[in-house]
Amino acid sequence: MVLSEAERALVRALWNKMGDNVGVYTTEALERTFASFPSTKTYFANFNLKPGSTQIKDHGKKVAVALTQAVNHLDDLPGALSVLSELHAYKLRVDPVNFQLLSHSLLVTLARHYPGDFSPTMHVSLDKFLSHVNSALVSKYR
Amino acid sequence: MVHLTAGEKSLVASTWSKVNVDAVGGEVLGRLLVVYPWTQRFFDSFGDLSSASAIMGNAKVQAHGKKVLKSFAEGLNHLDDLKGAFAQLSELHCDKLHVDPENFRLLGNVLMCVMARHLGADFTPEAQAVCQKVVAGVATALAHKYH
Repeated sequence: MVLSEAERALVRALWNKMGDNVGVYTTEALERTFASFPSTKTYFANFNLKPGSTQIKDHGKKVAVALTQAVNHLDDLPGALSVLSELHAYKLRVDPVNFQLLSHSLLVTLARHYPGDFSPTMHVSLDKFLSHVNSALVSKYR
Repeated sequence: MVHLTAGEKSLVASTWSKVNVDAVGGEVLGRLLVVYPWTQRFFDSFGDLSSASAIMGNAKVQAHGKKVLKSFAEGLNHLDDLKGAFAQLSELHCDKLHVDPENFRLLGNVLMCVMARHLGADFTPEAQAVCQKVVAGVATALAHKYH
């Protein structure tokens, strides 16, 4: 389930287009995840989870930095995400199903903001990319 | 069975009213076949599914997608008894079509992306949340008669 060169090009192109706004969309994706899948809020019991919360924005920025890092290292996602893999495995221990829920909400967010770019081939490229990121994140779980 | 408040039912209705069911059904099924190619296993008789553009342009995909989405739309009139509303279709999908219910979940998620694409700002997090409840309810109802 490797990304083809064409799929990588599509993901990079969208990331370039988003520029400095990746954090805006990852924040919206988090808000959508909390709204649609309330069980995901259990990992943020100490956060203010109202839409617009600074804590969600800050967390959205962290997710944006990680995803941008991933886009810039599509040839070696496990390597690029190694530190995050360990963090999630040994400290955070977020159940893997939740990364799929966030990924889905990110796809919805990008479809909402970039309808013209969200072609079927962009849709599958993004879904594959996020699926690879999620695999890397849970790679050290057991 | 999906538990929606009156406010949520109203939000479902107003969100759904913005969807052009005839136009969007083909896109939803097409995207399912592109994004999750293994779902093509049910459509050997549909002809050319060899590329994204072939799939999206395929007349049988368009027609079947329209049929599926019309059926989903009809379900929205029975939110208090989705299991009853989809009982016969559930038996059909199990006994004749042999469709893994996981596919209903995948289709529901593709529908969410297509609604986001078409509705833009109207597909708020709140609108998505109620629609996710509905697609989850429909998927459960369609799986209910499986044995």
